[in-house]
Amino acid sequence: MLDKTGIAKRIAQELQDGWYVNLGIGIPTLVANYVPDNITVEFQSENGILGMGPFPYDGEEDADLINAGKQTVTLQPGASVFDSATSFAMIRGNHVQLTVLGAMEVAQNGDIANWKIPGKMVKGMGGAMDLVASAENIIVAMMHTNKKGESKLLPSCSLPLTGVKCVTRIITNLAALEIKDGAFHLLERAPGVSVEEIKAATAGKLVVEGDIPEMIID
Amino acid sequence: MAINKVVANATEATEGIKDGMTLMLGGFGLCGIPENCISEMVKMNVKGLTCISNNAGVDDFGLGLLLQKKQIKKMISSYVGENDEFERQMLSGELEVDLIPQGSLAERCRAGGAGIPAFFTPAGYGTEVAEGKEVRDFNGKPHILESALTADFAIVKAWKGDTAGNLVFKAAARNFNPMMAMAGKITIAEVEELVPEGDLDPNFIHTPGIFVQRIFQGVDYEKRIEQRTVRQKG
Repeated sequence: MLDKTGIAKRIAQELQDGWYVNLGIGIPTLVANYVPDNITVEFQSENGILGMGPFPYDGEEDADLINAGKQTVTLQPGASVFDSATSFAMIRGNHVQLTVLGAMEVAQNGDIANWKIPGKMVKGMGGAMDLVASAENIIVAMMHTNKKGESKLLPSCSLPLTGVKCVTRIITNLAALEIKDGAFHLLERAPGVSVEEIKAATAGKLVVEGDIPEMIID
Repeated sequence: MAINKVVANATEATEGIKDGMTLMLGGFGLCGIPENCISEMVKMNVKGLTCISNNAGVDDFGLGLLLQKKQIKKMISSYVGENDEFERQMLSGELEVDLIPQGSLAERCRAGGAGIPAFFTPAGYGTEVAEGKEVRDFNGKPHILESALTADFAIVKAWKGDTAGNLVFKAAARNFNPMMAMAGKITIAEVEELVPEGDLDPNFIHTPGIFVQRIFQGVDYEKRIEQRTVRQKG
């Protein structure tokens, strides 16, 4: 089974040289720490940064330089800063090659819900709806089940949607899966996790074809 | 000589802001917010405001200060997760809230300032956000019609500005400020450093002075950091 760091490391394996990548809040943010040495990617932050770097050294924080999670960050050489309309032009205009974000629920047709629990939690969608509406390559990073142990991979979402038929890949603590033809297709098992455990934790339609390899995580 | 937009301070700048008005306020989280004007409006005690702002501050800073005093009737935002008082007022029904996708919010402000009454966007299709909105297919993909936003006053914060109202923003503090500056019937700019006309290089102006009606040099910027994240040397 993977912890949050493990999920981030596995997602980092999906990165390709020359990509611009938008990382959401939470587990996705950790992906930036595990970019393979032999490739170059630039991180886009929806609040107006391209070429976002790591956290600043202690004492060098700048209140004017934060990421979408309001954390202090730095700029890499070659970075640029811009306004919110330009930022979302990059996102909706499909100039960003990969979006990684968290979710409360994902449906077998690629629907995603991650912004609202009616009557309980209403934080807002932020940039998530713009991101999922346009990106061609969307990876969801999340735990396979919620705190009550219920599956987050469902036949259909019960919570208000963030976007429809948009998620292409999911990396959880248990598995790597692809969404196509209205089903979750099992690609890899997390270390030490059996296909049976993944089946038991997946409420939506799960397709298991042939031998499912175990992930290789450094 | 350029047209002079300078006012003395936040008190002069906010003159004419009245109960029930619609305001735009720049900033992302607490980054790039007009601290001076927000404090001034707390003092003025204007009420029944509709505030268009990406976020709603935190409990004791930014727009949270206006929320604490129940001066805001309605918020139009994309993300309000850092503010407990906001969530309480919203869930209890005291506060009207219109949550809209962040990119749509930015573009609706830009459109309002640019004379574009509405536009189609893919963001929000198939969600609650699309309810009651026209849907049309372009290139085989569904889009929803979003309308422009304008405001009685737009209140923005810049790093540097000149007497002509030209503005330069710093790093990620730019965010919504340039679009909102365009969309205000009256736009107030508070800046950290106000310089004479001619001092700013025209090639590096982010917001041209035509969009700004009043400008002043702010005082005592706190520039609070919401999430101080650092790494250690070595």
